[in-house]
This record gives sequence, C-alpha cells and structure tokens, in this order.
Amino acid sequence: MLTGAATNVACALIGCFLVLRRMSMMGDALSHAVLPGLVVAFLISGSTGILPLFLGAAVVGLLTTFLTQSLHQYARVPSDASMGVVFTTMFAIGVVLVKKYVSGLHFDIACVYEGSLELVPFADTIAGLPRPLFTTLIVLIVNLAVLIVLWKEFKISSFDGNLATTMGFSSTAIHYLLMTLVAVTAVASFEAVGSILVVAMLIVPAATAHLLCDRLAVMVAISAGVGIAASILGYWAAYYFDTNIAGMMTVAVGVLYALAVLFSPRYGICSTLVRNFQMSLRVFREDLLAMLYRVEELDASKSLTATEARIALGSGWLARLAISNLIRAGGIGKEGDQLQLTVQGRSDARQLVRSHRLWETYLVEHLGMPLDHVHEPANRIEHFIDEKLRQELDAELEEKSQDPHGREIPE
Amino acid sequence: MPATAFEVHDMTVAYHRRPVLWDIDFTLPEGKLVGIVGPNGAGKTTLIKAALGLVPLASGKVEIYGKSYAEQRHMVGYVPQRESVDWDFPVTVRDVVLMGTYGKLGWFRRPGRAEREVADRCLEQVGMTALANRQIRQLSGGQQQRVFLARALAQDAQVYFFDEPFSGVDAATEAAIVKLLQSLRASGKTVLLVHHDIQTVREYFDYVILLNMRLIACGPVDTTFTNENLQKTYGGRLTILDEAAEAMRQREPNR
Repeated sequence: MLTGAATNVACALIGCFLVLRRMSMMGDALSHAVLPGLVVAFLISGSTGILPLFLGAAVVGLLTTFLTQSLHQYARVPSDASMGVVFTTMFAIGVVLVKKYVSGLHFDIACVYEGSLELVPFADTIAGLPRPLFTTLIVLIVNLAVLIVLWKEFKISSFDGNLATTMGFSSTAIHYLLMTLVAVTAVASFEAVGSILVVAMLIVPAATAHLLCDRLAVMVAISAGVGIAASILGYWAAYYFDTNIAGMMTVAVGVLYALAVLFSPRYGICSTLVRNFQMSLRVFREDLLAMLYRVEELDASKSLTATEARIALGSGWLARLAISNLIRAGGIGKEGDQLQLTVQGRSDARQLVRSHRLWETYLVEHLGMPLDHVHEPANRIEHFIDEKLRQELDAELEEKSQDPHGREIPE
Repeated sequence: MPATAFEVHDMTVAYHRRPVLWDIDFTLPEGKLVGIVGPNGAGKTTLIKAALGLVPLASGKVEIYGKSYAEQRHMVGYVPQRESVDWDFPVTVRDVVLMGTYGKLGWFRRPGRAEREVADRCLEQVGMTALANRQIRQLSGGQQQRVFLARALAQDAQVYFFDEPFSGVDAATEAAIVKLLQSLRASGKTVLLVHHDIQTVREYFDYVILLNMRLIACGPVDTTFTNENLQKTYGGRLTILDEAAEAMRQREPNR
C-alpha cells in the first residue's frame, strides 16, 4: 500500500501540470513509449538496476518528446496525430525488442499493464526497503524537489508560455524537464503498479483537484491527497473483493473524480442545481411580492387569496413553496385565506416595482423600444437591479415619476 | 536627440518558409507611444513576436537600446493577447500580477515581500486592488485586461509591447489603459501596441507603424498617418508579394 501511495503521489504532483498544460494524454503516451528505452538500457547494462532503467527512461522520454515536437513543427502533422505516431511506434519497437532479446526475462507485458503490487513484500530489498517501494520513493522525492525548486518557473510557463519565454524561462526547456519527470515516474511505477494506474494517477487526481479549488498550490496538495486516498481505498477494496490492487486503486480514483464532479462546491452538478433552485425560488417570491403590491396599488382594500396567487404564479410546487416561504420570512401575512403585505414586505415590493418601472422607462427613453415590448424584459431584469443601479437609472432618466404606461414609479 | 529605444533592421519573418513580413526596417526613439496599424493578416502580432524572440527571424536583426533582445530582456515588458492564456488556470489576480516580477528574479529565486508589494502597487494603479484575491476566471474582459496591464507594470520595463490591449474591453477600461500608457510615456518608457481602431490613432499615439506584410511607413503620426499611406496600407495586398511568397512555399516540398 505504501508503494501504491508513493507512486500515486509522485504521479499526482506532476500530473497537475500535465492537466493544466492540456497535455494529459502525454502521460499515457510517454508511459508506453519508454519501453524500448528500458529494453536497451537492460541490454547495455545487463541488469535491471535502477540507475540504468532511469537513464533509459529519461533518454527515451526526451527523444520521444523531441520527435513529437519536430513531427508537429516540421512535417506539419497535427500534434495529437504526431503523438499517436511516435508513441505507438516506440511501444511497438519496445515489444519487438522484448520478444527478440529478453523473452522470458523480467519484462512481462501483462505485468506492465496491471502491475504486481501484491508481490511487493516478497521483492528483493534495497536499504531495508522492498525494491519497488525504494524506487518509487526516490521518484517521489525527485518530483517533489523539482517542483519546490522550480515552482515559479513551472507556474508561469504553464500559465503563459510566451511570457515565460520572453522572460528567459524557456518554456521549451521546462516542457522537456516535465516530460523527463513523467517518463522516469512512469518507469519507476511500471513493475509495481502497472501502466494503467500510472496513466490514471497522472491525470485523474489532478483533474479532481482542479474541480475543487482555484489556487495552484492547493490544487497540487489536493491532487496528492486524492492520490493517497485512492491508494488506501483501493487497497482496502482489493483486499475485500480479493482482486488486483492496482486495478482497484484506479477504480477508486475514478470514483473520487465522479464524487468531485457531483459535489464540488463551486463547479459540481449538485451545487449548480441547488443554486438554480435558490434562484428560481427567489424569482417566484419576488414576483409574488410585486404582484401583491400592484393589487394594493389599484385598490387598497383588495388582496389576493393564496389560491389566486398560486395560480397567477403559474401553480406548481415552486409557487406553493414561495408563498409559504414568504409567510415564514415575514414578507406577507395570511388572514384566513387572504394574503396581505407586511410593512417589510411592502417596502421590498416597492423597490422591485421601482426597478421594474425604471427599467421600462429606460428602455423606452434610451433604446426607443415600443411600449408593448418593455414589460417582459423588465420583468426578467427587476430581480437583478440593486440600489446602486437604481440610482444610476434614476440619474439617467428625464421622466422619473411615471413609467411609460403612465403608472407611478414609487420612491 | 533622444536615444533609440527600438530598432528593426532588414527583418524578414517566415512561417514554413512562406514570408509573412518582408524586409522590415525602422527605428523608434524612446519615450513614444507607437501604434502598429494594418489590416488582418498584415503581420502585426508577428512583428511583436519576432521582436521578442518568440518566432525565429529568417534574416535581419532586432535591437533594443542597441543590443540584442537576449541581452536586454529585463528591459522589455510584454502583454500578449488576452485569449492566449487559459483563464481557468487556478491562480488569483495577485498571483498573475506577481508573475510580472519573475523575470527580474531569474531562475530559482522565489518572490518575497518586496515583489508582493510591487504587485499590490501595480494592482492599485489599474484599480483592481479590491479583486486581488479573485480567481481569474471570475473576471470580465476589461478586468482581465487590467490584470495583464498590472502584470506588465510589475515587469518594470523600458520598452513595452502590447498585443491588442483594447480588444473586448469596456469604454472605462479603454480610457484607464490610455491614461496608464500616457503615464508610462511621461516616465520615459517606449510603448508599442497593436491597434485595430483607425479612428483613435491620432488621439492615442505619437508614432505610427503602418504595416501590411511590408513596412508602409513609420514615423510621427502628424506626418505619417496620411490618407495616402492609409490607402497603401489598406488598399489590398500587393499581389506580387503574395505570389512571391506562394512561390517560395511551393518550392519547398519538391526539393
């Protein structure tokens, strides 16, 4: 589990910048493309030691990034297509090399995909730690260190690459550095967690964090937290369902993302629904207030019954809710079935009607709209006009006491 | 005689071998507001990007106070088009303005209290102090442009390049920007900006660069911004230039 968590955090950290630079698929692509690098490193060094593997990954990572860029720039292939061309080719070369030279050895394609976190406790140890944990910890430390030291450079080049370049922080250089980190991270995680988890962890925690906050530092922290949470949840679920750990961690992070989509306070679906609901309820309540005011204005002795009001508002449960809501808030009183404005309700209603009629006057005076076309727009906008705007309207208008239909504009 | 702030010498810029700017050659004295004017596709943005080393020059050179851009980058401020960045990026208004100070800091050093004070001062100058902690996606077009302007001020440069600062901003912001540009000029800075609205050229600028793939004219507005020169700038592309550019492009795949 520790290995999983370390991998997830390492990926989640740099993943933030992949997501923000709109290069999420680079993680997927790179994690496949480094395969030939691994094979060649293995063939040259004759071992599966950590250092040769990292070097192989870094070199191939740089090479593939360079090839994609050049293909895009000079051969005029669209950037997504050039990515597809380069990475599939590299991966295929890797597979061919594996089959040709190292068949039956350490590289097991299936293992590359789904990983073998289950076997971590039985792996040989380095410095007292199981090897996969040791390698992922190193990568985690490297990623963290690079981000801390080059925080401002990563930030500005991701936000505004051209400005960064003019300031002397070559965004190309930072792009290559980031790609190297991705390649090395992918490699370190290969044997333990498999490439699916790597790809997921490069993108999903960052995407989740992006939904939840609007500060870069907070986003990176949340992203790392999501990585850890996914590893704990995934480990536990895999134990419970007796299945592949890496697969379960990937599922877990997917679930966390779905939760964020639904419940993110600002951008989530649920909070949008709640906000929309509150807005419509407010519109209903204000329409009711204004309606009662107009009835009173025509004939002070008259008032509406609750049923009449509900029908005038268009019936429905929102209308019913708006009425009971207003009674509870003290905007209207109810005697028998008759609805009466309270003092507070009347003064609120007066401001609404004032907004409405000021706006109608404005539309006729300044935009030259015909009389029979101004009620609807005014009805929509009256809910959004505040005191400041009312004063501005008042200052702009010549006729301040009467609306274009000849009714009084209340003070 | 004021010092020469910006000089372009026989510059040609090409995209995929197809030249988009031909043999541009001019010098600008310091302390002027300079409008870069021309029709769509005239190469106005390219001129700025070439000056800043963002696109390679096919030939010629660009000098800022007599030295190459690489040596003088700390003297240069840049405001790209508003649409060129991702406004969903998780940073606040103050963060963006703070980025203006990164260039002077150089690699590895982090912004400290002094830089934050600079950022706050620049925000105040554009009237955005109240929104300092807002996330940038919540801003209106005019407010976004003001943030970019504050960031440019934080760069504390001698020569500024603005790419269409007036596009999509409200009248109040446009007036505020113009006022700021004038105060920059008053403190001896040189400002070049890509401008679309011919009506306001006389009102806003001292110098004008008329551009349409080649340099039509460059000089003080009074003598340069003439009907005759405007006719040349907007009177259609020179078909010969287009044909020559096309010929150079066509040659390439056959080599």
